[in-house]
Amino acid sequence: MTLRIIQGRVIDPASDVDRITDLFVADGKIVGLDTAPSGFVPERQLNATGCLVMPGLVDLAARLREPGQEHKATIASETYAAAAGGITSLCFPPDTSPVVDSPADVELIQQRAQAAGYCRVYNLGALTAGLDGQILSEMAALKRAGCVGVSNALHAMPNTLVLRRAMEYAASQDLTVFLHPFDHALANQGCAHEGAVATRLGLPGIPTAAETAAMGQMLALVEQTGVRAHFCRLSCSRAVSMFARARYDGLPVTADVCAHQLFMTENDIADFDAYYHTLPPLRTTRDMQGLRVAVTRGSVTAICSDHQPHESDGKQAPFPSTEPGIAGLETLLPLTMRLVESKILTLTQAVAYLTVAPAAVMRIAAGSLNIDSAADICIFDPVAQWTLSPEKLVSRGKNTPFAGWTFTGRVTHTLLGGEVVYESGREMRSEKCDE
Amino acid sequence: MSGDLAAPPLSSALPASLQLSPDGRLRHFLTIEGLSRALLTEILDTAESFAGVKDQTVKKVPLLRGKTIVNLFFEASTRTRTTFELAAKRLSADVLNVNITDTSTVKGESLLDTLRNLEAMYIDMFVVRHADSGAAQFIARHVAPHISVINAGDGRHAHPTQAMLDMFTIRRHKPQFGKLCVAIVGDIMHSRVARSQIHALNTMGAGEVRVVGPKTLIPASVEGLNVRVFHDLSDGLRDTDVVITLRLQKERMRGTLLPSAHEYFQLYGLTEARLQVAKPDVIVMHPGPINRGVEIASEVADGARSVILQQVTYGIAIRMAVMAMAVGARASAQR
Repeated sequence: MTLRIIQGRVIDPASDVDRITDLFVADGKIVGLDTAPSGFVPERQLNATGCLVMPGLVDLAARLREPGQEHKATIASETYAAAAGGITSLCFPPDTSPVVDSPADVELIQQRAQAAGYCRVYNLGALTAGLDGQILSEMAALKRAGCVGVSNALHAMPNTLVLRRAMEYAASQDLTVFLHPFDHALANQGCAHEGAVATRLGLPGIPTAAETAAMGQMLALVEQTGVRAHFCRLSCSRAVSMFARARYDGLPVTADVCAHQLFMTENDIADFDAYYHTLPPLRTTRDMQGLRVAVTRGSVTAICSDHQPHESDGKQAPFPSTEPGIAGLETLLPLTMRLVESKILTLTQAVAYLTVAPAAVMRIAAGSLNIDSAADICIFDPVAQWTLSPEKLVSRGKNTPFAGWTFTGRVTHTLLGGEVVYESGREMRSEKCDE
Repeated sequence: MSGDLAAPPLSSALPASLQLSPDGRLRHFLTIEGLSRALLTEILDTAESFAGVKDQTVKKVPLLRGKTIVNLFFEASTRTRTTFELAAKRLSADVLNVNITDTSTVKGESLLDTLRNLEAMYIDMFVVRHADSGAAQFIARHVAPHISVINAGDGRHAHPTQAMLDMFTIRRHKPQFGKLCVAIVGDIMHSRVARSQIHALNTMGAGEVRVVGPKTLIPASVEGLNVRVFHDLSDGLRDTDVVITLRLQKERMRGTLLPSAHEYFQLYGLTEARLQVAKPDVIVMHPGPINRGVEIASEVADGARSVILQQVTYGIAIRMAVMAMAVGARASAQR
């Protein structure tokens, strides 16, 4: 199939492009910008006048719930939700059931994702067998199976010696370690930021030190082992400073924040609203401001969705007994664009945070519109206004605190390898999403 | 079990609006926070009117005749549950005690399913105790509109009837709240009683509210609740009119919060000698059950300043008042 995308504002921070022009696609690849390659005959034309044409987004963290939690969501349902959010590559943490700690687990997920065909799924393998923090996983095998990194997700690594050895072993396999700085002992089964709000509501608190103490320990071990490390979901201002300092010192580190941490604080829990139950918890207004300053300055590497879809029962309980997390795939781009609206980010910065930067963390060839790269493209109408209603989310998970928010701009088309996999207002799903 | 579960509310109501009917009367009693001094005073005054019922030959009034009240306890309790039961019976209600610690939720039934099933039995009021902070609010949001919910303790969050019976006890002895200096001593961190007392005392206009304990038992940013923090007992007790000492759970006496019950008593145990710095007419309170020789010496617990047993007695009147008011608010709403 050949396709000409006409007169969109093409924004590709990877190649420093930002102009209104045409983009040409053939055989699933980008074959021309501005001018068609010789002999190009478009079988289809897409008028993108007034729209942004950007690389398909790359999301560093999305839980697809399959295998093991199909009552929450499936690979098919959530990859289609990713497509609806303009996302064409996503990173899938290993904390499924069973845990992704063998090549067979990776193969199963890859088969399902390819069968669905909405979004490229990249696995993180388990850092330790069963994520139990004791025995190293077979990292070389996981890498051969296609894992872009290893992680213990939010499971505890109580023994620092195991963490050190796991980092050394990952470094020997040239694997990036994805680290969640979260000291489980200090977090002490808390469910909200330890501060004024948790004290007032009597919610067990998670102190800032649960993140900074873990961060300090992990940074020391990164320095010791020389492993390439990615810090996941920084939630507090102090942790971002520690990260920025480490990067300044030359450590091979990257970091992300999730979009909702840039918009919400502990105060939003208000009166035990479980939609604001997240892990790491929503922190103080100062922390949120600190994270915003960090994205403005480029002190963090990427913004991700931290997508965690739940069935409705997951949030229907007293706050501490609800499941943490937000269904975030479809709000990743709208929230990031809000940062552009409020002049916290330039448009180029925003697109870079969602494309080339996370692709570099995963070390995958994605997130750009270079000639010969896969035609993974997100077309975005920057003026369309819409109000989020959870039941209209494509994701199986309707757990979002952004119900009722009005956003400016929405995805009109998502292309994966040159094929339109999502078009706003048109049902593109086959029955496999509704299993 | 199944049932049509209501859709989740899109935005959360503030506690006050959830607790009050449109005309400002008490629909549910979930937390002291957000309630007015006038309403708290009304509860105290109503309780005064019930305080005499216990001395009558027939200890019953017919206010809640025909009403069914369920004591829904997800956490073990003797004192609170008994006084709620007695209060309900003195109001002529039918009372059902349901202890869920050993039944359905252990089998995996969700809280909402439990509620729906009990609702189907035509209940008028739930008295709820649950280990999760926010459980009473959650239940109040999801019950059928004709049902009132009384919080009998949710996690570390609130225990409003306990706080009100404490206010009742204080008012009986020292009616001028504005002049009072009140110290709450002990495990503030894990205490729903302390949180409700702090809100109640501040709402009633207490002159000064103090919390006293080691840092391990004082929650972060507690000053935000309008209290002064003391780590030294003598400093904290100085010139106080009321001292409330809290129960220290046995599992917290020796571990990462405290080294030993012995050292806790040395530092924070209430003794006659320690109380010398308080006002001469200081009263000593405790929500019970007391650990003698841990947070309080027997000489104090049984001494002239102790009003601990009065608290228990007044607890029944307060619970009668709250139940009657909540049902009354429903009745007036239906008229």
